[in-house]
Amino acid sequence: MSTLEIRGLKVSVDTENGAVEILKGVDLTIKSGETHAIMGPNGSGKSTLAYSIAGHPKYNITGGTVTLDGVDVLEMTVDERAKAGLFLAMQYPVEVPGVSVSNFLRTAVTALRGEAPKLRTWVGEVKDAMEALNMDPSFAQRNVNEGFSGGEKKRHEIMQLELLKPKIAILDETDSGLDVDALRIVSEGVNRAKETNNIGVVLITHYTRILRYIQPDFVHVFANGKIVEEGGPELADKLEANGYAEYVSA
Amino acid sequence: MTTLTTNYLTPTGREEAWRFTPLKRLGGMHDGSAIVADRHSLTLAGAKATGVSFELKSSSDAPALSESDDAIVGRIREAARDVAVLTISANTEVAEPIIFKRAPGDVQSAEFARVQINVESHARATIIVENTGDTHLAEDVEIYVGPGANLTLVSLQEWGASTVHAGRQHAIVDRDANFKSIVVTIGGSLVRLLPTVEFAGPGASCELFGVYFATSGQFFEHRMFVDHKVPNAKSRVNYKGALAGDQAHTVWIGDVFIRAAAEGTDTYELNRNLLLSDGARADSVPNLEIETGEIVGAGHASTTGRFDDEQLFYLMSRGINLSDARRLVVRGFFNEIISEIGHEEIQVRLMDRIDNELAKAGA
Repeated sequence: MSTLEIRGLKVSVDTENGAVEILKGVDLTIKSGETHAIMGPNGSGKSTLAYSIAGHPKYNITGGTVTLDGVDVLEMTVDERAKAGLFLAMQYPVEVPGVSVSNFLRTAVTALRGEAPKLRTWVGEVKDAMEALNMDPSFAQRNVNEGFSGGEKKRHEIMQLELLKPKIAILDETDSGLDVDALRIVSEGVNRAKETNNIGVVLITHYTRILRYIQPDFVHVFANGKIVEEGGPELADKLEANGYAEYVSA
Repeated sequence: MTTLTTNYLTPTGREEAWRFTPLKRLGGMHDGSAIVADRHSLTLAGAKATGVSFELKSSSDAPALSESDDAIVGRIREAARDVAVLTISANTEVAEPIIFKRAPGDVQSAEFARVQINVESHARATIIVENTGDTHLAEDVEIYVGPGANLTLVSLQEWGASTVHAGRQHAIVDRDANFKSIVVTIGGSLVRLLPTVEFAGPGASCELFGVYFATSGQFFEHRMFVDHKVPNAKSRVNYKGALAGDQAHTVWIGDVFIRAAAEGTDTYELNRNLLLSDGARADSVPNLEIETGEIVGAGHASTTGRFDDEQLFYLMSRGINLSDARRLVVRGFFNEIISEIGHEEIQVRLMDRIDNELAKAGA
């Protein structure tokens, strides 16, 4: 049982016009097995929250705390956060030319498990994960994210979620750019990973459609750098009907 | 042993071709002050395949195939009494790579070596030259790729730390022939190579690949020249370099000349440099001279940059620590070219050496 606890998190970025505050005091608690949907309009700071928790150097933490099972996450380097059990599925996964998916996954899993996986079982693991996501076996020999379609990039992220087995996963707009079939396959992957490893999931999204496939326990509305309303799945239905207008104008 | 006395070709450092090179570190190979060593360090590894001959000919029996205004080439031709000649007979397909090794010499004297590689019409072969150890070497390699022939030449500079190597690899590529060159320079104190191509018949093509990795104090210069003087020839150049550590210096010059007669030319050259630390310097100068507009395409690109923070973040967010993430990115950067060698054992060895150099440089 793990708990990610975010308290009063304030984050700014440096711009040409000086530091600009993006997160203005975020409180959120995610436990193993829970699914939290964070919904909000573009520019509300949803992705900033995701990247700040993962430790992207662009974001300056100016206040608040983030702990995983009581341990300070903000003091950790990016790789230490992953080793502690945090995972970020990125909206725009980065190309790494010349590094094959197979080599990348083996290096990552070796780092996370502290030892190289046994070759035979590992090959099987990767094969199963790829088949489950409807990915061609040749995918493993391609360079990380290089020339991937939008859908392939997202499948690759969710494949990592299944193989790397984090405690808490933040999925940043994993649904964007996916057609209906891909959305279903990717969502099934998330549900599978969640059930198998009792992962706590934070689903960041602009739209409600992914929530038809991944049932949230909690819905948080994000606007102007903080959570402005919280509720159960019924809150998503309200957003579906009314949009974000009432939060943006507020 | 003799000392060369002529000095009419001695560069001063002001010439375009020599303006980057630290002449003082050339061991006197450029100005005639080097002691000419009496050694032939090039040996053929393994048995000769059918249709392949390798012999030492006297200079008078193996006149130069090409002209050169390079000062060191001039001195090599004056000093070398014989020429190592490899011939692959017409229509021979050599399945396994032909591997040459250069034995280490010494750094008190310089070997002035001439080599000729003659790939006769419609022959096909891969030649790998492995350069290791410490030596001073001035080298004039002339390559003839006959009509319809296909040659891959892999030149591995895995030198020791005090080697000075000034070499020219000049390929004359005849009608419908293809020449592929892969140059890897990851060792030595000073390496200055001139991979040059002269198209001798229409329909010829060349691919010139290279990687170099310079760490503290190393100077690696690669100065290409592709002479499009016949119609419908195609050239591709792709060199990638990484630098780490104080006073690491690389130079890449890409000269392409499309003469008036060279209608239908298709050429593109690319040089990318990755600066892994402060205090390193990468010079990159692509240069295209065009005398006819009737061509398929002509272009070049040159970039020099640092580690991509987004790549490192992505890898680290999967638990990979900073130094391993950097190592992966550098390996990936070089892999595009190294994988062109097509020899697994050598590729692994080169990547391991690159890893070691990277670790030593602490980048």
